[in-house]
Amino acid sequence: MSSLQEKIDEAKKLSLQITKETEDDRLMTLSVGPQHPGSGHFRFTIKVDGDYIVFVDPDPGYVHRGHEKMCEYRNHFQNIPHLERPVIHDSCNITYAYSLAVEDLVGITVPRRGQFIRALASELSRLSYTLYWLAIYGIFLGHSTMFMWPAGDRELLIDLLERLSGARVTNAFNIPGGVRNDIPYNFKEKCLAQVNYFETRLKEYEDIFYNNPLLRQRTEGVGILTKEDAIKLGVTGSVLRASGVPFDVRKVEPYDVYDEIEFKVQYMKTCDSFARAYVPVLDMRESCHIIRQLLDKMPDSGDVREKLQFNIKSSPGETYKRVESGRGALGYHVVSDGTPRPYRVKASVGSFRNLLALPFLLTGSKLGDMPAIYWSLNYWPVEADR
Amino acid sequence: MASLTPDFRFGNFVASIVWVLFVVLALVTVLILPIIFFTLFYIPLPVVDGQVLTPYLFFSMMVDPSRTLPILQFFMHTTLFKAAVFPGFVFAALIAAVTIFVERKLLAKMQLRVGPLYAGKVEGIFQLLADGLKLLTKEIIVPSGADKPIFWLAPIMFVATAAAVVALIPVAPGWVVADVDVGLIAVFAILGFFPLIALLFSWASNSKYPFIGGLRALHQMIAFEIPFFLSALPVVLLSSSLNLTEIARSQYMIWNIFLLPINAFVFFISSLAELERIPFDLPEAESEIVAGWLTETTGMIYGLIQLGSYLKLYALAGLFVILFLGGWYGPQIFPPELIPGAHESNLPLLQMLALDGVYNAITVNSVFWFLIKTIFIIFLMLVIRGINPRIRIDILLHTGWYKLIVLTFINLFVVLMLIYGGIIGPEGVISIR
Repeated sequence: MSSLQEKIDEAKKLSLQITKETEDDRLMTLSVGPQHPGSGHFRFTIKVDGDYIVFVDPDPGYVHRGHEKMCEYRNHFQNIPHLERPVIHDSCNITYAYSLAVEDLVGITVPRRGQFIRALASELSRLSYTLYWLAIYGIFLGHSTMFMWPAGDRELLIDLLERLSGARVTNAFNIPGGVRNDIPYNFKEKCLAQVNYFETRLKEYEDIFYNNPLLRQRTEGVGILTKEDAIKLGVTGSVLRASGVPFDVRKVEPYDVYDEIEFKVQYMKTCDSFARAYVPVLDMRESCHIIRQLLDKMPDSGDVREKLQFNIKSSPGETYKRVESGRGALGYHVVSDGTPRPYRVKASVGSFRNLLALPFLLTGSKLGDMPAIYWSLNYWPVEADR
Repeated sequence: MASLTPDFRFGNFVASIVWVLFVVLALVTVLILPIIFFTLFYIPLPVVDGQVLTPYLFFSMMVDPSRTLPILQFFMHTTLFKAAVFPGFVFAALIAAVTIFVERKLLAKMQLRVGPLYAGKVEGIFQLLADGLKLLTKEIIVPSGADKPIFWLAPIMFVATAAAVVALIPVAPGWVVADVDVGLIAVFAILGFFPLIALLFSWASNSKYPFIGGLRALHQMIAFEIPFFLSALPVVLLSSSLNLTEIARSQYMIWNIFLLPINAFVFFISSLAELERIPFDLPEAESEIVAGWLTETTGMIYGLIQLGSYLKLYALAGLFVILFLGGWYGPQIFPPELIPGAHESNLPLLQMLALDGVYNAITVNSVFWFLIKTIFIIFLMLVIRGINPRIRIDILLHTGWYKLIVLTFINLFVVLMLIYGGIIGPEGVISIR
């Protein structure tokens, strides 16, 4: 495996050749997206030479909504509902990171029961996001059953989140100071039962999808992103863990109660598309394990929220807090000038980091590998555009 | 603009269709029937039961039931009836329609959902009708720069070619549209047209994704045509005939699948590839090349191609049954007469009910077993769609050119050895005849 620099040089050489041969009939330029069934809210143009992709040009920005600028005109509580919009399936993790940053600026600590509940909500949210991602991965590879099963099982977790917060996907549950409300009556038992059932379903996913020889043929050894390249490109989350780096923000910089929870950072060393598809499933299993521990260790009574003024003013300063989202490290850099509104909010999202690996991996691969590589990068177009 | 009006009622919609039907019927009565009668006046008419079948006689069967059966019997043995209705197009199209519905419901059950539910009140049985009506009413968009004659012609050619394959499949002894002596070769010859049509259509569409899809279709079908043909060759050696009826007859004692299991497997895989079904639906791979060579199809052009591909599905499943599953042979479960003693009695109504002269126990039994086996094979082809992802083109070509061809060659030599060793074959120890 050649080093990153060599590959970049090679790609540059190729692209030079391509500019020379633009008029050549040999190359065909294909537009993948934004109205292509295999792209999402995103477009990339590729040039194919026969069945091989020789040039990739990602073109994000179709769903840019200016969330960072919007933050400057609203106070910290008003920011919560619109910040979660980019990835509504993973809303609790996004608001988690922002809440941590605001709490750091204001200088409060969340009550212990509140910490447990919001960790619980964010784990449920992570599961629901990963299932949605997995469903799309299934249909991208032409496996219609793998589209329907996770999309159906996601309802279990959506139901739990609905009982918890009142909304199915746009929860706005984690807010600065804790969580919006306490867990409802009988929630623990229900949650435990559904999560236990969900773990049995994960085994069935392996039977029908991951152990399928046709899928293995198609994804194993495809789109290899070595450990060194992964670190140099700065990818994160499951993509990084699939390249053999056991990096998880919950383990490296434990926030709230995660230092009391026992879990393993799941990673694989095969570095290929199959590993990137399989690591999220291992993560989901760990999440189930974490949820059980959270339910077990949660204090039976106590406040869930540190009461804050609606227009809470923070001391001037800046902070950066990050959490492990479904797509990797997700951090919020919040700058405050002493007014109730943040002076500047900058999000560092896993999706955009993982996008950087896309041209690198697609160049030189086959056209048939395009969906298998593209969606294995755990890239959510809307989050990258924000 | 094609949009629903706010006061849209399904009843009114049906009423409008009924109104159109009424107008058509009125036109038929006033204009077309007289034209037919005048035309029939000048051409020689067939003789049924010693009487010339005039139009008047033909319509007299409505009031005289005893006339119905001979006329029916006469029509059942005309070539037109065979080609258009029974072993031919309508029969195959009905099976295709049932297949589409069953496929949707079956996949839905596999995927923990309900499938079509609303059209037709009962489990959505009219979903296909609704889809067909929708496709009929849709505008057909021809891409700018498309090669128009080929663009319009290719879907019709696709259906016609599929129907030509159906015409060669016998469903019961004597019940085949075209009883060709080299039936098996004819089937393969006609199947060879499909990649050409796909490539022509994709090229005529003047679009990039269809072009890639067409090239993929060509590669795929060439790679799988050879194992497809080679896997059918030992069957010919065993039955020493290329006629499909004879091949089915030769399996009277023992089905070929027990003698040639590897060939049956290779044939099944190759026919999946030939049908462009998952896991071999590369020419239509939606996440890579939008809809492959069907990207620019709209309205009834799409409908025709779908109809053609399901006709092809029935034809290849039927071919599998003829070659490996003993054709129409099975235990006799239908009685020799529908109502015992109806033939001797002089009651015309009883004879009508017993379908005297039309009903043939052996034929009905043959068709029944042929259908059961064909539906089982179609079911196997459908289930595979629910459990497999799509495979990549290089793996597909590798499978076709290396693995399947080697398998068929090995099996061919094994079969030759057994035949010359006098173990199987027409004069073997395990006698087939």
